[in-house]
Amino acid sequence: MEKTHHTQEINMTESLMNRINELISHYPEGKQKSALLPVLHEVQDAHDNWLSIELQNKVAEILQIQPIEVYEVVTFYTMFNQRPIGKYMFEFCQTSPCCQNGVEDLMDYTCEKLGVKVGEPTSDGQFEIRGVECLGACGYAPMMQLGDFYQEHLTKEKIDQLIEDCKEGKITLHDK
Amino acid sequence: MGRKILLDKINVPGIKTYEVYRKEGGYASVEKALKKMTPDEVVEEVKTSGLRGRGGAGFPAGMKWSFIDKKSGKPRHLVCNADESEPGTFKDRYLMEYIPHLLIEGMITSSYALGANLSYIYIRGEYMWVYKILEKAIAEAKTAGWLGKNILGSGYDLELYVQIGGGAYICGEETALIESLEGNRGNPRIKPPFPAVQGLWQNPTVVNNVETIAAVPWIVNNSGADYAAIGIGRSTGTKLISASGNIKNQGVFEIDLGLSVYEFMNSDEYCGGMQTNRPLKALVPGGSSVPILPANLIYKTANGEDRLMTYESLSDGGFATGSMLGSGGFIVYDDRACIVRNTWNFARFYHHESCGQCTPCREGTGWLEKVLWRIENGQGREEDIDLLWSIQSKIEGNTICPLGDAASWPVAAAIRHFRDEFEYHVRFPEKIKNRDHFVAEPFEKVKHLVAKQTV
Repeated sequence: MEKTHHTQEINMTESLMNRINELISHYPEGKQKSALLPVLHEVQDAHDNWLSIELQNKVAEILQIQPIEVYEVVTFYTMFNQRPIGKYMFEFCQTSPCCQNGVEDLMDYTCEKLGVKVGEPTSDGQFEIRGVECLGACGYAPMMQLGDFYQEHLTKEKIDQLIEDCKEGKITLHDK
Repeated sequence: MGRKILLDKINVPGIKTYEVYRKEGGYASVEKALKKMTPDEVVEEVKTSGLRGRGGAGFPAGMKWSFIDKKSGKPRHLVCNADESEPGTFKDRYLMEYIPHLLIEGMITSSYALGANLSYIYIRGEYMWVYKILEKAIAEAKTAGWLGKNILGSGYDLELYVQIGGGAYICGEETALIESLEGNRGNPRIKPPFPAVQGLWQNPTVVNNVETIAAVPWIVNNSGADYAAIGIGRSTGTKLISASGNIKNQGVFEIDLGLSVYEFMNSDEYCGGMQTNRPLKALVPGGSSVPILPANLIYKTANGEDRLMTYESLSDGGFATGSMLGSGGFIVYDDRACIVRNTWNFARFYHHESCGQCTPCREGTGWLEKVLWRIENGQGREEDIDLLWSIQSKIEGNTICPLGDAASWPVAAAIRHFRDEFEYHVRFPEKIKNRDHFVAEPFEKVKHLVAKQTV
């Protein structure tokens, strides 16, 4: 039977809570809900890049809002992941200028190289490929996003190198 | 060389840092505004400049500022729209990444003009590294005394923060952006009331694009009249154009509004002509939402005049023969581009990005995508082209926000100008099956097949 609910260890460290409190301070008193998106980004980054229901409930508790208010935001915005994803998520931009510059070929090439289909993590959970809509790098196409960073003017050789660098742990996903 | 207002210092080494930016004359507009001008005088200069919103709509910025409700007694806010997500558009990222203090200076001067004491820059979530650049620059500006309490001893207070989005194109619409900034789904609000009356937390709010706000320091340092002297007619000042597609030089260029499309496309200073010297087939001049122009209408308007990079000239003749300057997302297609596949690609984008609030947009964008996909994959029916026309016409103008229009215009323009290519797809499915992704054989070579069958 397919597993539909994944569990996740919640680890709200002191530094994470300090950052959350700093984000809440950016808004007037009583308007702490405005911090929801930045807080979700911080919490997701600190929890293997995904947000379980339990973790979303925790965010609701911290911001003193209803859990449903968190769920509706998490399900609306594409950057919040509701299931465990590959550690190295290759998010290829698949909008027109990137397609003109051959991104579809590069996605096929990467899928074949990693032995996966788009949207399926590798069996070791290390890699996943996703097609996303415009990332605002049309003049530097074809491109993809990896963690917080853009990888532009992609070629098959650059992808080979990126995969090797990921395997060797040389890639930084978040600039903390 | 063209004039540079926004990008004149962009190549100065270290301009990203406060020290270098200040040494190069940065923050002079804040000094001038706070020490020598009243807020209303700043608003007047921006009105005189004729500066139009650079996010795409082109509404006069000074007029928008003058709508802000100053009588309500509520706090006012300036929100910078840095949610740049329109396919073909990447100019705001360039400004923020390479000269972040220009935007911060513009935010301070503009906030002063509006009487805002708490302002935000709302940036798309994918630009995470730019978000961090801005946060660092704001911290530097605050340390140097340009933010906080009693700036320059003027009695004016301002706090400025960056807010990160979550990956939703719709948040570029000003009321959806405000909803998102309040921690909600990015569902656009019905207008009126406009944000200038009830915006962020129901307070009077002005939402302006990055490029618009970045132009304010130059206007204050020089004058509104000096800015209005650049450009042609109601298209005043300079404009950033992000150019991509099948051209030699892709990237962000600053032009005087009024430059001819031919010169922008072909001079070495800008696009440098077509990549690999292939023929020009089509152009999207202002981001994916604006109508595509076929080659015969790119350099000349329907009246035979030179087509210029201005709000007026690009829209000359309405959508029958024109397009829009929009956000300045300039996408060029050579003769190998498949218009059907490109239109499907844009339709998929709008379907994916529709917030789902209005039925015509929620259902219609998916329908457009589905029909275009079957035509592109050799399963199209004769009636599909008219069906597409019918669907798009029922989305346009029938939604709360302009995303519905943005989804329908590219489809309408593609059918209007390239109907024979759609017909070719429907009538000769065996010729388009299993072809190599986005790039097709030049349609000109097979055009006679459609004509023959039509006769």
